[in-house]
Amino acid sequence: MSATPAAHRLLEPGPGDRARHLRSRFFTVLCTLSAVVVLAPLFSIVLYVIKRGLAGVSIAFFTRLPAPVGETGGGMGNAVVGTLVLIAIACAIGLPIGVGAGVYLAEVGRGRLRTVIRFTADVLGGVPSITVGVFVYSLVVVAMHRFSALAGGIALALVMIPTVTRTTEELLRLVPPQLREAALGLGVPAWRSSIFIVLRTALPGIATGVMLAVARIAGETAPLIFTAFNNRYWSFAVDKPMASLPVQILTYATSPYKDWQDQAWTGALVLIVVVFFLNLTARIAASRAMGGSRR
Amino acid sequence: MIDTDPQPAVVAETTKISVRKLNAYFDKFRAVKDIDLDIPEKRVTAMIGPSGCGKSTFLRCLNRMHEQTPGARAEGAVTLDGIDVYDRKIDPVRLRRQVGMVFQKPNPFPTMSIRQNVLAGHTLNGLKVKAPNEVVEQTLRAVALWDEVKDKLDQSGMSLSGGQQQRLCIARVLAVEPEVILLDEPCSALDPIATARIEELIDELKERYTLVLVTHNMQQAARVSDYTAFFYLGDLIEFDRTERIFTNPQVSRTEDYVTGKFG
Repeated sequence: MSATPAAHRLLEPGPGDRARHLRSRFFTVLCTLSAVVVLAPLFSIVLYVIKRGLAGVSIAFFTRLPAPVGETGGGMGNAVVGTLVLIAIACAIGLPIGVGAGVYLAEVGRGRLRTVIRFTADVLGGVPSITVGVFVYSLVVVAMHRFSALAGGIALALVMIPTVTRTTEELLRLVPPQLREAALGLGVPAWRSSIFIVLRTALPGIATGVMLAVARIAGETAPLIFTAFNNRYWSFAVDKPMASLPVQILTYATSPYKDWQDQAWTGALVLIVVVFFLNLTARIAASRAMGGSRR
Repeated sequence: MIDTDPQPAVVAETTKISVRKLNAYFDKFRAVKDIDLDIPEKRVTAMIGPSGCGKSTFLRCLNRMHEQTPGARAEGAVTLDGIDVYDRKIDPVRLRRQVGMVFQKPNPFPTMSIRQNVLAGHTLNGLKVKAPNEVVEQTLRAVALWDEVKDKLDQSGMSLSGGQQQRLCIARVLAVEPEVILLDEPCSALDPIATARIEELIDELKERYTLVLVTHNMQQAARVSDYTAFFYLGDLIEFDRTERIFTNPQVSRTEDYVTGKFG
């Protein structure tokens, strides 16, 4: 009988140690490389847009109208404002419908109808945004006999509704069912528990989801080309065509004029910064709210 | 086994809740079978039995919480002071204000402060509380939580310990002024000290309320309850005064369970 405890053998190298360490290192390197490949396009896009667009950033860019062909200067003030107006219209239409449908899926719906609605939301989320644009064109623009900010807002709302719906549903499902039972046990009707307890508890997360959806539609171009169209002047009328950053960028980037192309780069930079800040605010707000509720 | 004990099963008590031929289902599955049971007023009645014996389901039939589960339904009669709670005219929402419920896991509303949690039964229904500060103090005193939280009423209910949270949940139920309080394993998520405090509280509350306690802890049933019902596989095996269930049960299966031979 050998008196050496098994643990003593741990001090000596064992069979297969070398090969195992090599494999481990190989996969670590592989994963790190993949991560770098993911990050590389993002950084190169941002850096390139900054390089091409930064020179054009000025107060005039935000305050002035596009200059006529041949004149230098001018800005995209109307497009910046237009994008904000279009987002506001899209939210006014899309948020109540999106959140309402999410509440239905998580709290109200049962059986076949719920499955159908959930599936429809997923399919709608996968519809190419140009299709949404054409659809709204035929439905709203043709009926109104003109391009309008309203049509653009409706198109953007259709793009954001599936995201908002599914996010709302997922987050409502994360709320512990015990909270709902607690409210019912106190003699609170089901609809009040759904709104004041379940929805209220999930609100910070839903707000984040909504901000991310807004960030996404802020950059959408395709749904706007046939709907809000474009406008070279200041316009706040929702029944008239309205400029937006993405469409303005498209127009200028595909133009033959050097100064327009430069302005397109600046517009792209502004758009990236806007979307970046929307994302950032959403995430900060969410982490604050989460931390706050626990204390 | 022949019973020679001459005492009647239930001595003169006022019945608060009377259950007749109660059957509870989850879709096709019959979880509670033909239960007849009288729950006496201002006493603690405990439901014991192994997991899945239907004791929680039975409890949830008493304030019609059972039917909230999709696919669940109940048949039979449950009368509260002579009124059938399964009558068509009865609104289960209003019934639950008279028959309050405390759950297994403490579940204060995380978005609300301690004060808001106590008043939640009113505010969630859009009702104004006449003297909110008094209600908060009274109910928190009733659950022996006032001294511990009086200086932090505006902090989140989640900042309390598990035992304090559970007492807050009981306060929240008391604030709606129920007559009956259903407790569904209220101590199973708590440590022994917090459990002892809840048990003390149950003992005090029975002066004013009828309490029905589901517990998987037989010692707890023996300590706090006046009457005990033993459930097994959806059947009510035996119902009697607690000391008889634990010292002189009439059914051998009850004896096997309370002496730890199975379960």
